[in-house]
Amino acid sequence: MKPFDYVRPGERSSAHEAARDGGRYVAGGTNLIDLMKLEVMTPDTLVDISRLDLDGIETVDGGLRIGATLTNSDLAADPRVRRDYPVLARALLAGASGQLRNKATTGGNLLQRTRCPYFYDTDTNCNKRTPGSGCAAIGGETRNHAVLGASEHCIALHPSDMAVALRALDATVEVEGPDGAPREIALPDLYRLPGATPHIETSLAPGDLITAVRLPAPSGDRQVYRKVRDRASYAFALLSVGAVLRMENGRIAQAALAFGGLAPQPWRDREVEALLTAETPSDALFEKAGEVLLAKADPPPGAAFKLPLTKRVLKAVLTEATQ
Amino acid sequence: MKLSFAVNGRKQSLDLDPRVTLLDALRDHVGLSGSKKGCDHGQCGACTVLVNGRRINACLSLAVMHEGDEVTTVEGLARDGPSALQAAFVEHDGMQCGYCTPGQICSATAMLEEVAAGWPSHVSADLTSKVELTQDELRERMSGNLCRCSCYPGINAAIGQVATEVPAEEETAD
Repeated sequence: MKPFDYVRPGERSSAHEAARDGGRYVAGGTNLIDLMKLEVMTPDTLVDISRLDLDGIETVDGGLRIGATLTNSDLAADPRVRRDYPVLARALLAGASGQLRNKATTGGNLLQRTRCPYFYDTDTNCNKRTPGSGCAAIGGETRNHAVLGASEHCIALHPSDMAVALRALDATVEVEGPDGAPREIALPDLYRLPGATPHIETSLAPGDLITAVRLPAPSGDRQVYRKVRDRASYAFALLSVGAVLRMENGRIAQAALAFGGLAPQPWRDREVEALLTAETPSDALFEKAGEVLLAKADPPPGAAFKLPLTKRVLKAVLTEATQ
Repeated sequence: MKLSFAVNGRKQSLDLDPRVTLLDALRDHVGLSGSKKGCDHGQCGACTVLVNGRRINACLSLAVMHEGDEVTTVEGLARDGPSALQAAFVEHDGMQCGYCTPGQICSATAMLEEVAAGWPSHVSADLTSKVELTQDELRERMSGNLCRCSCYPGINAAIGQVATEVPAEEETAD
């Protein structure tokens, strides 16, 4: 690990200051410290925000306000989350291990880095790690790379389960700027597609601090999270689907669908949701949804299996959610 | 950098480089080698310790982030003899080489508390009802601890036995 300075500010204003001057926030550290050991990330200063009292969870306007440093364990165990947002509890519980969930936080989970093996291997080229160096994944081992939203510069996936559920639940992110000014950004606006600058993953500026995630009241009572992976537990998704649906008189009144394991960010396609809305559930409808979702898919050779997998899993999830 | 925390109930004051992980601090600076370094990347669970009662991977945490915390390692679980889990691992032969055992036992100790607190898991059919620690639940909840000797039958039997035992407090209360 490269040497670094460690600071633990007692208030947010000093945290902003330290981060604006090149420091990197740390809370749970489960991803960042690993990346520092491998020298994939080499911050000069670590700014410990784990004791800034950002770990609350409260009911606000019929929804929930989830503190940025609340652990994934506490969030998954919260009675309100288990009752009203089961898709979120399920997504959290499908991720990592008991030990990791006890440290991983809401904000850190959103900002975790890809698990693309070439990003982790400093002996290979990676545009995300070293801008302009090239992408060793393209033409390499691509079993778990993006089939949607990738670019000729980067085909890495976003690894989070939690973020997939949050995307389906229309979560927004509360951010405090370095001057202390708060703003709220919709989750899709937090993430950027790789394009020609895969090293720029979010719309956050230096010193910006995620303080909370906001969830509106759930838009549907039928919530499903299904994850497919190479082993039964403790593995990243090959594919995951988070679904939040509402039925009325046997028809789909509203559908929110988010996908993990497909793209550089939790993926959502309004065209697919529009196709399902006001329709009566049927196998043909669900198959059509899969085709529309993947119409623009461009999988690298190793990830071609994800196309039929996605269609089948989507059909199963929609069948379960509409029964 | 100065650090003060409690390890197995004893206060420790250390002066550490910020790069030192909690695992290395425990092993190399406090002198407790029970917690093991397996993968050093949070993938095997051999380094599992309890921090303020919760299980974490000590290899993925910086020691300096634990100012004021209460850390429990496998050495601190025994009170007047081995803990119930420690004894059950011996009884059921829950090990071969033994390298993962301290992590398994620390992890299981906290896992049983999580079950008692009603935390659901990935395999819980119902997120809101009481948890029953079936073999499926046990395996899912212990998936962060790998055993390369594959002693899972013995490990699961040991944990399963302790999970079904009546806690000592309840026995004396009757």
